[in-house]
Amino acid sequence: MQKIDSSFNERSHGALNNPQIRSNFRRAMDGLIEKRKAQFPDEDELARMRELAAGIRQNALAKLPQLLGQLEKQCQANGVMVHWAQTTDEACEIILNIAHDHDARNVIKGKSMVSEEMDLNHFMEANGIECLESDLGEYLVHIAGETPSHIIMPAIHKNRRQIAELFVEKHGTEYTEDVNALTEHARRLLRNKFMQADIGISGVNFAVAETGTLCLVENEGNGRMSTTVPPVHIAVMGIEKVVEQLQHVPPLLSLLTRSATGQHITTYFNMITSPRKEGEKDGPQHIHLVLLDNERTSMYQDEQLRDTLRCIRCGACINHCPVYTKVGGHAYGAVYPGPIGKLVTSQMLGLEQAGDLPTACTLCGACGDVCPVKIPIPDLIKRLRAEAVQGNTVKQAGSRKKFIEALVWKAWAMIYSTPALYRSMTWLATRMRVLIPAKIGTWTRNRCMPKVARRPLHEQIEDILSGAGRKK
Amino acid sequence: MGRLQDRQGAAQLKTDLDYSIVQNKSWDDLERIELLIQNMTAVKTEVIRSSRNEWLEQVQKIATAKGITSLLASPDTRWGKQMYAVTNMPKLLAYELPIEQWKAELFETVDASLTSTLGGIAETGSLVLWPDNNEPRLMSLVPPVHIAILEANTIEDTFWSFMNRHSWAMKGMPTNALLISGPSKTADIEQTLAYGVHGPKELVVIVV
Repeated sequence: MQKIDSSFNERSHGALNNPQIRSNFRRAMDGLIEKRKAQFPDEDELARMRELAAGIRQNALAKLPQLLGQLEKQCQANGVMVHWAQTTDEACEIILNIAHDHDARNVIKGKSMVSEEMDLNHFMEANGIECLESDLGEYLVHIAGETPSHIIMPAIHKNRRQIAELFVEKHGTEYTEDVNALTEHARRLLRNKFMQADIGISGVNFAVAETGTLCLVENEGNGRMSTTVPPVHIAVMGIEKVVEQLQHVPPLLSLLTRSATGQHITTYFNMITSPRKEGEKDGPQHIHLVLLDNERTSMYQDEQLRDTLRCIRCGACINHCPVYTKVGGHAYGAVYPGPIGKLVTSQMLGLEQAGDLPTACTLCGACGDVCPVKIPIPDLIKRLRAEAVQGNTVKQAGSRKKFIEALVWKAWAMIYSTPALYRSMTWLATRMRVLIPAKIGTWTRNRCMPKVARRPLHEQIEDILSGAGRKK
Repeated sequence: MGRLQDRQGAAQLKTDLDYSIVQNKSWDDLERIELLIQNMTAVKTEVIRSSRNEWLEQVQKIATAKGITSLLASPDTRWGKQMYAVTNMPKLLAYELPIEQWKAELFETVDASLTSTLGGIAETGSLVLWPDNNEPRLMSLVPPVHIAILEANTIEDTFWSFMNRHSWAMKGMPTNALLISGPSKTADIEQTLAYGVHGPKELVVIVV
């Protein structure tokens, strides 16, 4: 698991001062918001679809232990090997062992955010195995030595000029900003990689307990290539991705693609149930499913925080977040950016390390309004802020408690709940107002210092009332 | 797993989920085909309507127009049998060997493929494929042009109605089931749509 080594504040500062990043994100997010909107012309339909999808996900979570057991049994019956990993290190080891079992040198990857959680590419490369991304966006980010800045569109922070330069630098191609030419170039290069790969790795969008079917949503075909051409397929998924029945998939799929990129469906919906059977001429001979916990069980313990696990990773909350649009994905310093990232990252890494993420929010509520499975994201953000200073549930809860801050709030509560004390404090504050400093650090860097009145409101009202009384 | 079961709060199941929003979507025969065609053409799929007697001519026309000289098609499907019986076709290839034995040839020399489909979905403009021994998975993925035959009477309203009509959950799922809704595409560079990134650059659907 990657660690965060600087504060959100420091990183976002850099992003805010970079006009290129700001305009790249602004344009992209505006486009995505518009496309999503066009997919939901009927508000009533949207409301009922969200209600249904939320219910399906909630029911799946309510039965999670049972469904995971069923999924394991069903997958095994289908000939898929099932592995459980509690930590990302364990998951990496499992995959490395599978690679060793098959003497694998080259791995090709379809898009998988869980593998980003595991930092799998670096781990495999450190162990002498090439692990190449094949989703175009992931590939661009990979060859640039960067990390994805969005869970659906990993290279959204780059514009075509930057990508054109990247191709010149990495592949020595002629400079072109023509998107079709750039795409064609990546196609030729990656087709060779698909042919050579010993193992294909993919994520999972939905795993169906009833039939043991792994579902993958994609537009490019790299997911199908990765799961069909190499002799071994390894699918990695978070344990929350399981749904009970096959018929639960269509409504979730419909909301996923419409919310994510404003498409009524993606080009490919790939449902994988078993390895190559007798007589079949392609598809992997071996399929492994790696189920990763990585603190999801901890999220599951708490009735409110469990809602984090409802997420189907559409990214709509990210696209609609005013903070994300300004600072971009990298400022979060974590695999999952934006509103859902605040929930996931701070619970995965703990509040000492990532507790500043839930504070990077204006509580405008846009994320909760667009979430297709109705996760009350703002409520969860507030809960995590509270956990950071006085909770006992989340990892490193209470670690951001500061003695002075706690004391100030205690004093504030006492003053406001004791009328005599309140009056004497307001009397004192108004009379001593010249002593209050005009600048108080970060607060006044972009704001005016509020001016304290000459006399407290209570006294002023008393004057008015008695004056009015005299006039009578 | 043990810890998952120890969670706080009883598992509250919602038993009153309202599926009518997915169940009640339906169109009449004419609208259904129109909707499918409209959705497919919107993502750069060529849709050709043809009669059962003329579809072979359509294939020939497509082959000529696109300069297809080698066409991957099964000799054993209903459509394949008819194709292999006529003469003026591009060079027909069958997917006879396991992929390991002709990977480079498939990737580098085949111009196009032709497959049957299990059906279509109007709401999303999708083809449903269950690849099998005759028409393996890579047929609809590797060649730059994919031609699919879709029978008009197999088009369903929605994905939900399709899987229920065919009792997928009850009968069990095949090795691989696919929904294909257009040629391969990406918008990963500045959200600019580009077709033919990893899979077929062109998808042609002949509706019979």
